[in-house]
Amino acid sequence: MGADGSVLVRVENLKKHFPIHRGVLQRQVGAIRAVDGVSFDVRRGETLGLVGESGCGKSTTGRVVLQLYPATAGHVYFEGQDLTTLQGEPLRQTRNKMQMIFQDPYASLNPRMTIREIVGEPLDVFNLARGKEKAERVEYLLKVVGLNPFFASRFPHEFSGGQRQRIGIARALALNPSFIVCDEPISALDVSIQAQVVNLLEDLQKEMGLTYLFIAHDLSMVRHIADRVAVMYLGKIMELADQQELYNNPLHPYTQALLSAVPVPDPVVEEKRQRVILTGDVPNPANPPKGCPFNTRCPLAQEVCRTQDPEWRQLRPDHWVYCHRADEIVAGRV
Amino acid sequence: MTTVLSVKDLVTRFKTHEGIVHAVNGVSFDLDEGETLGVVGESGCGKSVTMLTLLRLIPQPPGEIVNGQALFMDRDLLAMPPEEIRSVRGAQIGMVFQDPMTSLNPVLTIGKQLMEPLILHQDMDRRQAQDRAIELLRLVGIPSAETRLEDYPHQFSGGMRQRVMIAMALACSPEILIADEPTTALDVTIQAQIIDLVKRLRQTLSMSIIWITHDLGIVAGLAQRVMVMYAGFIIERAPVKDIYADPQHPYTQGLLGSLPRVDQRRADRLVNIEGLPPDMLTAPKGCPFAPRCPYAYDRCRAENPPLQAVEVGHEVACWWDVKRGKPRYDR
Repeated sequence: MGADGSVLVRVENLKKHFPIHRGVLQRQVGAIRAVDGVSFDVRRGETLGLVGESGCGKSTTGRVVLQLYPATAGHVYFEGQDLTTLQGEPLRQTRNKMQMIFQDPYASLNPRMTIREIVGEPLDVFNLARGKEKAERVEYLLKVVGLNPFFASRFPHEFSGGQRQRIGIARALALNPSFIVCDEPISALDVSIQAQVVNLLEDLQKEMGLTYLFIAHDLSMVRHIADRVAVMYLGKIMELADQQELYNNPLHPYTQALLSAVPVPDPVVEEKRQRVILTGDVPNPANPPKGCPFNTRCPLAQEVCRTQDPEWRQLRPDHWVYCHRADEIVAGRV
Repeated sequence: MTTVLSVKDLVTRFKTHEGIVHAVNGVSFDLDEGETLGVVGESGCGKSVTMLTLLRLIPQPPGEIVNGQALFMDRDLLAMPPEEIRSVRGAQIGMVFQDPMTSLNPVLTIGKQLMEPLILHQDMDRRQAQDRAIELLRLVGIPSAETRLEDYPHQFSGGMRQRVMIAMALACSPEILIADEPTTALDVTIQAQIIDLVKRLRQTLSMSIIWITHDLGIVAGLAQRVMVMYAGFIIERAPVKDIYADPQHPYTQGLLGSLPRVDQRRADRLVNIEGLPPDMLTAPKGCPFAPRCPYAYDRCRAENPPLQAVEVGHEVACWWDVKRGKPRYDR
């Protein structure tokens, strides 16, 4: 899984605010700050993991990157081109390079279409193949994801969750994309099936040179699949580093708490583990706290954390942190 | 150690339009006093139905409890009259379910729902029940408990709602707590809070816990014994350390191999369990795991292996001895 280092997707200070309307006149009274200024690069051929708890804005980020939602502010560059300035036909033409795999394999496939129609639809939309050529392409795609082409005339309900996710992957691959946003592709699946789908995604990446943005809440699985990992909290990226580095030397107190909360399937390890138990809940993204978004739950929070926004700093090689006290943490003083 | 619950040969089926679903196919287990028993399996393996069956919470029809016995303090839960089981449920056996949003009544206040079992089972008056309700909310770590009795479920977050569910289950100081995937719908940091809470409560209240989950990570840190279910059967049962250090059933091995770990460098490839989960509509014949099992041979497809001890306290239902690489019982 070699990333050659060149940037395929660059995200700069991206924001997505969803307006809240109230009253008879439906005036805008506020906004849910789902994504509140995130910046990161996705390098060609790599898997960037985007992790966080529910409501942190990770899925919204994925969708805004693909311009499925228009951005409130910021830029998304794909192969150097700013997608946020594109509309209509020029935007549509970029879609064959970027695809998405969705979380819910039950809701993301049209129940009235056969598998052949679902996987073949992108080819129709972009007028890429017809007739025999299209049939051959669909058959090839189904084989690639490990489904028997013999079942192509069946409907989604005749397949299990794992098989449906394979159909969704085949559809995403139909246009030969270079970049795929995987939005929690395995969280709806049983444990034994999750491994099948993850192995498939890894094989496809190797064979086709794909670049993934892998969105998930399962930190163990992200450690397995990602080359680099970004941790989100309340619309902001708290920490971004190489996978090894992030899991071995987490610098942000949130990342530290998050990692310590993940259970390890080993009773001997579990017996000795010290957990950082966070108190309280995630604040409301319509009314995020002043300063660092994590200050309400952070065991190290000080006055400065409650009043000023932290800076996005690189404190170790390729290791970025959004925390006032991260340099003290690096130095081992806290 | 005393046994508080002894379940024997439980069989539950559901009649559906497509045919009979064989949900639980002869499950037997004991629960010791003060013990936490982990029940692990994937969706549809019968782990929830087993517990619902012994509490008689299976809607009949379409469900049917075909066979079985569940001895709780020398009384058979499956044979006692309906009034009696109602006095056991909620009072001596408490339950926590997966989704706190659908298991709480949205139109009643938390206080009312907490006080109901106390007035019903413990003969308290309103005043006493209210005091006890506040005490319970404090016990499960809900801030400013006195003021929150008048709140409705939607005014609580997911983690707080699950704490309320636990408070309700503990209201009458039950002997046994049955927790059915209580943290599955929660985020990991909230899950850690709830598990920490349960560990502390288990010490102070000295109850037995049955913890149902699909997450082998949670069980590792919480249970003393683990049983693994597949297709309505128990296929392996052992003390927690043995299950993880020395899994004997190919399915358990596959499950553990398919899990990446947050504390270790990545493996090159996850172990796959090939194939699909079993179709519960066909009557079980042979080993239910045989179609997906890398070691399956003729006998596996013809006869279902019984659950038998291979070491002290470690039982497996498998014809193949993975350690020696040959059939376990020579005929």
